[in-house]
Amino acid sequence: MTLRTAPPDRPLTDRIRPEHEPYNLREYEKHGGYQGLRKALKMAPQEVTALVKNAGLRGRGGAGFHTGVKWGLVPMDGSAKQKYIVANGDEMEPGTFKDRLLLEGDPHQFVEGIAAAGYAIGATVGYVFLRAEYFLAAERLRKAIAECYAHKLLGEDIQGSGFTFNLYLHTSAGRYICGEETALISSLEGKRAVPRAKPPFPAQSGLFGKPTVVNNIETLCNVPHIVLYGAEWFRSISKSVDGGTKIYGASGKVKRPGAWELPMGTTAREILEEHAGGMRDGLKLRGFLPGGASTDFLTADHLDLAMDFDTIAKAGSRMGTGQMIVLDDHTSVVGMLRNLEKFFATESCGWFTPCRDGLPWTERILRDLEAGKGRPGDLELLQQQTRLLGPGRTFCAHAPGAMEPLQSALKYFRADFERGIAGTAPAKVA
Amino acid sequence: MLTPEEIKEIEHELAHYEQPAAATIEALKIVQKHRGWVSDEAVADIAAKLGTSPASVDSVATFYNLIYRRPVGRHVIHVCDSVSCWVMGQTRLSDALQQRLGVKLGETTTDGRFTLLPICCLGTCDRAPAMLIDQDTHRDLESVEDHRLDAILEKYK
Repeated sequence: MTLRTAPPDRPLTDRIRPEHEPYNLREYEKHGGYQGLRKALKMAPQEVTALVKNAGLRGRGGAGFHTGVKWGLVPMDGSAKQKYIVANGDEMEPGTFKDRLLLEGDPHQFVEGIAAAGYAIGATVGYVFLRAEYFLAAERLRKAIAECYAHKLLGEDIQGSGFTFNLYLHTSAGRYICGEETALISSLEGKRAVPRAKPPFPAQSGLFGKPTVVNNIETLCNVPHIVLYGAEWFRSISKSVDGGTKIYGASGKVKRPGAWELPMGTTAREILEEHAGGMRDGLKLRGFLPGGASTDFLTADHLDLAMDFDTIAKAGSRMGTGQMIVLDDHTSVVGMLRNLEKFFATESCGWFTPCRDGLPWTERILRDLEAGKGRPGDLELLQQQTRLLGPGRTFCAHAPGAMEPLQSALKYFRADFERGIAGTAPAKVA
Repeated sequence: MLTPEEIKEIEHELAHYEQPAAATIEALKIVQKHRGWVSDEAVADIAAKLGTSPASVDSVATFYNLIYRRPVGRHVIHVCDSVSCWVMGQTRLSDALQQRLGVKLGETTTDGRFTLLPICCLGTCDRAPAMLIDQDTHRDLESVEDHRLDAILEKYK
């Protein structure tokens, strides 16, 4: 077994070979795989948690909660007989495709990460909650899990450490709300994916009422590297106060849509202009959603901002998943918002009435504005929706997420909406 | 009645959970894999197997996008209608499919070959627009010439 001489700058994608089968267990171990887990098993669980805390790893699912802090909320005094670790691989945030690439490209990296995380919080069972349509990721993950069972890297007494960890794959049947961590827990219990009130937080009472940690796939993939190379190294590969790299992405009418692992805090300009190749010929950038459908628009004025959680929050948006959706000057803003709000309306779980009824209402107003049949007062109505369905007024984050692109579009592109009111010039249509 | 094979597969999944009813989604997917859809009778049979009520199983079955409570065609086409695909022209793709197949979204062709459904983001936004036919993702469908669409559909008999 070889340990590499220098730690990698791009740890998450270091072993991924595009268009190739992922490394099997033997190849993965040859390239330094399962060294992180082996090292973790020789540490005290709380030491692993402290290391992750010091590394400054923040949740890559979009909320950016400190991973080590989340783990630290789990009781470690022996009071809980059963604890669970759950990987959130629902990835249904429109515009987001990073977890699929990680699972298809290097499934063992993920398995190693969730096993180490399970060890840190004292969970003996882990579940991978994977969205239904990721068939290839599911197939490769099943194969990796089977290899690990066959080589005592999963199951009873892993590598003679006394630590037992069983890992099961749950493939979903499709609903966006499953990505919300308490809704995901409901779904894993075989119920409708309805979110739960917090507190209690999952770390105290989660799956089947047991202490549970839910972490995003990309988050967990970072864990073996942090254990192996240390907190200082993890902070050194970042350009931001938060540690590590980030799988950034871009979709829309850029020259080369894709995903790239770059230092956390890389600017939006570098991602969109260097890596995505800039806009297609003849098109101009009007705005972008920095990290999925449920984040506020930013504009060309924000391109020099560092894509990290705090910087993007200060600019009035969220980094979210870091996978940008680009709006060009030939695409209808109102049409794009109508598409987004239709998505959120369809995917509301229906539990919270203002969400269930307010989102389709919003969609109808936008549909009229898109067709040039809006009424005077529609913009004020939309503005009101963004307040009534905003943070602090709803049962979960679904409706506030839906309002983020809308409130920012009304701020930056108001004239486009005004043109949709009947009797004025027709709305600009692509 | 559940078949012995379905029962065996459901029992395998049951073993992974503290509570039998947690395997409801797996059980629905197993039955659908074998029969194409989930009938009222299957809902009742799954409920009996998992020790829960048919109403409870049906509340789950009707919640999730990919459990079919009505018969579908031999192949199901899911065309992505989320934002990245929309920006890249998914409306053209969706219109072309509806025209080619002579059905609207949510309908099945008269020969029972295809059911056409919308679906939210397939997670392949860098190669939009995209659609899923059975378990195959088809990408880069920005310009859909008739012959290209036909060549894709031809693979599904």
